[in-house]
Amino acid sequence: MFFLAGAGALGGAIGVVTLRNPFYSVLSLVAHLIFLAVLFLLLQAEFLAAAQVVVYAGAVMVLYVFVVAYVGGSDEPLRPEGGALRVLGPLFAFVLVVELCIALLGSSLGLIDSPGADVPAGFGTPAEIGSLLLRRFLVPFEAASYLLLVAAVGAVVLARRRRGLEEQEVGA
Amino acid sequence: MDVSWFLVLSAFIFCVGAAGVLSRRNPLVVLLCLELMLNGSNLALVAFSRMHGDGGGQIFALIVMVIAACEVTVGLGIIVAIFRRRLPVDVDELSTLRG
Amino acid sequence: MSATGFGWLVLVFPIAGMLVCALGYRKLPGHSAGWIGSLAILGSFAASIGMLFDLLDHPEEERELVDAAFTYFETAGVNVDLSILVDPLSVFMCLVVSGVSFLIHVYSVAYMDGDEGFARYFAYLNFFVFSMLLLILAANFVVLLVGWAFVGAASYLLISFWYRRTTATRAGIKAFVINVIGDIGLVIGAFLLFDATGALDYEGVFAEVNNAFSTNDGTLVAACLMILVGAFAKSAQLPLHTWLPDAMEGPTPVSSLIHAATMVTAGVYLIARTHPLFELAPLAADISAVIGTATLVFAATVAVVATDLKRVIAYSTMSQIGYMILGVSVAAYGAGLFHLMTHAFFKALLFMGAGSVIAAMAGNQSLDRMGGFRKSMPFTFVTFTVGALALAGFPLFSGFFSKDEILAFTLHRGGGFVVLAVVGYLAAGLTAFYAFRMVFRVFFRPPVSEARELEHGHLAHADPQNPATGEPEDTGVGFPGPEHHIAERSWPMKAAMGPLALLALVGGFVAVPGLTDTLEHFLEPTFAESRFAESVPSHGAEYAGLGVGALVAIGGIALAFFVYMSRRALRLELRERFTTVHTFLFRKWYFDEIYNATVVRPMTAFGVFGRNVIEADFVQNTIVGGTVGIVRAGSSMARAIQSGYLRGYAALLLVGMTGLGLYFLITAAG
Repeated sequence: MFFLAGAGALGGAIGVVTLRNPFYSVLSLVAHLIFLAVLFLLLQAEFLAAAQVVVYAGAVMVLYVFVVAYVGGSDEPLRPEGGALRVLGPLFAFVLVVELCIALLGSSLGLIDSPGADVPAGFGTPAEIGSLLLRRFLVPFEAASYLLLVAAVGAVVLARRRRGLEEQEVGA
Repeated sequence: MDVSWFLVLSAFIFCVGAAGVLSRRNPLVVLLCLELMLNGSNLALVAFSRMHGDGGGQIFALIVMVIAACEVTVGLGIIVAIFRRRLPVDVDELSTLRG
Repeated sequence: MSATGFGWLVLVFPIAGMLVCALGYRKLPGHSAGWIGSLAILGSFAASIGMLFDLLDHPEEERELVDAAFTYFETAGVNVDLSILVDPLSVFMCLVVSGVSFLIHVYSVAYMDGDEGFARYFAYLNFFVFSMLLLILAANFVVLLVGWAFVGAASYLLISFWYRRTTATRAGIKAFVINVIGDIGLVIGAFLLFDATGALDYEGVFAEVNNAFSTNDGTLVAACLMILVGAFAKSAQLPLHTWLPDAMEGPTPVSSLIHAATMVTAGVYLIARTHPLFELAPLAADISAVIGTATLVFAATVAVVATDLKRVIAYSTMSQIGYMILGVSVAAYGAGLFHLMTHAFFKALLFMGAGSVIAAMAGNQSLDRMGGFRKSMPFTFVTFTVGALALAGFPLFSGFFSKDEILAFTLHRGGGFVVLAVVGYLAAGLTAFYAFRMVFRVFFRPPVSEARELEHGHLAHADPQNPATGEPEDTGVGFPGPEHHIAERSWPMKAAMGPLALLALVGGFVAVPGLTDTLEHFLEPTFAESRFAESVPSHGAEYAGLGVGALVAIGGIALAFFVYMSRRALRLELRERFTTVHTFLFRKWYFDEIYNATVVRPMTAFGVFGRNVIEADFVQNTIVGGTVGIVRAGSSMARAIQSGYLRGYAALLLVGMTGLGLYFLITAAG
């Protein structure tokens, strides 16, 4: 089960990066998110998996689809993509992967080679999450809602038309 | 499954996202890759939470999702504004913040 | 008030005068700057008299009073105070300096009338007198050096007073450079002494010097020679004499003050003050005597052919200082200082008279163009002649007694000194000759046009020009003013020249050998421990010396009369016959040319090289430019990071993160 979901997630990720058309990239990300939700389920984080599908894949990605439809984004850009960073980017990332793996596999964290600690039955259920949110993590919860408010205001500000400001012609 | 597999997978996802940020020119796709990176770290968080049996990791992941949502909102708003101003929607061209 | 209290007053008055004139130079009306300056010096003179009387109240053994104002610095092993020494020598010098300076100030009020820099002049002059008095009253080498350096600076300021004249500024620089060479010598000498004796004040050094050195000890001789370098630079002796004739570019009262009475005598004072050192190092004293004699002969020969009136007098100063140096080098301190005093009187007088004559000539200083002023300027004629007679050593005038006393002492020392004495007598003859050369050429013979105009009561005027080069000038700031005053018409000039003439006449009677030894007696306490104190020529020898001197002087005057009055053509014949000799003397024995070639040109070339190569190429281009280039390159490299290129920033982030991770990995593993 893990390998299936893992492969799917990874495939989706690679698809995001490599697909030319941004629309396809968005779709690829949606797939990736769903497979990630499966992985969350495997980790006994049920509420989180549900939230991922509903909020992330549902709302956020839909927003993305709208914007991609509006803005578009050309299929083939004028110049070849990336210049030096086209090669260097993946190279740096590969280096990072290697490093992280070394860190992880060589670490002396206990339990890392096991499925994990024994967890109580209610672990990861909405009830459990809810009680955590309202008790231990009340302040972050409130802060997160404040953050959402700020983001919404910001989006409105960015999107409004300023009166008296001509839209500039940009040279080619 | 061992927790370490999840962690390795999350490292891979994160790095794929990083590679994408560096190599794509369309800002929309860059943002998408940024989402990838965030998801990678989410996975790691949840894996650790399972490892320790602490629910705090999942809360953290939830908050990260909230942040991702906010960031997408604002980022897309910027991209739309750029598009509306008829500037090239291309990360390499948008370099007026040079020093 | 005590003697030392008066001593501080002597110093305070000129400083106060200087400050008032300097700070208020715009506001002081009319001639008030001049009167303020003169009053300040009069105050100094009065305080000097106070010092004198108080000192005389002390018994003879206690006539050395030191007073410290505050401690300059006090470190391990070196204690230096700002202290003054009041003893017969310093009181004597103070009286001479302040007295003559006062008269010169009064003279200057009239002479500098109409000059734009009137107040500046008096500020400088007061500063100069202050420095000279400080030098005289110093009780240790440090304060001496301070006064010494100030005197050099003041002389520079005053020589190049008319600063828009290039000849004047060049002369000022020349004087200053040579003075600095002297300063260096003095500093090195003081240091050598300090090194050996551990003290910087006179009392301490002189007490220790017998223990620290043996007779003619190498270090002591070196120290004395260094002190001599200082003395010779200040007193314009060979070979550091070239600045004195050029220093005539300054206003005539400046020449009269600095180059007759005060600054050039500082060297003589120094040798007299440090006499214990010279007595313990006879080699240095002998060298000093020889150089003094050489200078007096050199200067006398050049004065015979010089054509600029002021320069003749300048060379005579050089020559007479040579006599003084000879005097103090053969331990005839009383005689040397006596000559210092009489010389101050008649030389200042001669310069003042010259100023009056030059004014009558409307600024022209050439002897060739002067003549016959006897009828038109009687007062100037009389005073100038009195001065010349004193200079020549005519019997009964002041110079007669003082100069011959020195020569008598020199003879008495015997041995090689006899040669020096004979040379001294010959030069005395030359002195009389050139002194009266001046008198006859300026005042006798048919009057020139300016003199004839003056006889009709009309003072000549001419377009302002540089007397040396003849190039036209104007009378604005930095140039001489438009007014010319002659003594006959200006009461301050008369008021100054009169007393000096009187003193030149009777000043000698202060120390007639055998009759009135007041000066010698007065100065005794300072020189009591000199090993030559008892070695005095007998009265007979002294009278014989006086007789010889009288003969020599009269002979010189007669020769001058013969050449300049009776057989005028003789002069031109001689000049044609002895052209090489004449040119050699006229060119001042080619000293200036030698110095120019050996010192000035290489130094200037080095300076030009320094500017073009070292400064421009090396420092500016390589060091400064290189540093700038490196910084520019570095900063443009750093600037490349801020490209505004988003992906570049992201790449940097990633790489940095990777690097950090690597670092943590390594430290955790290790």
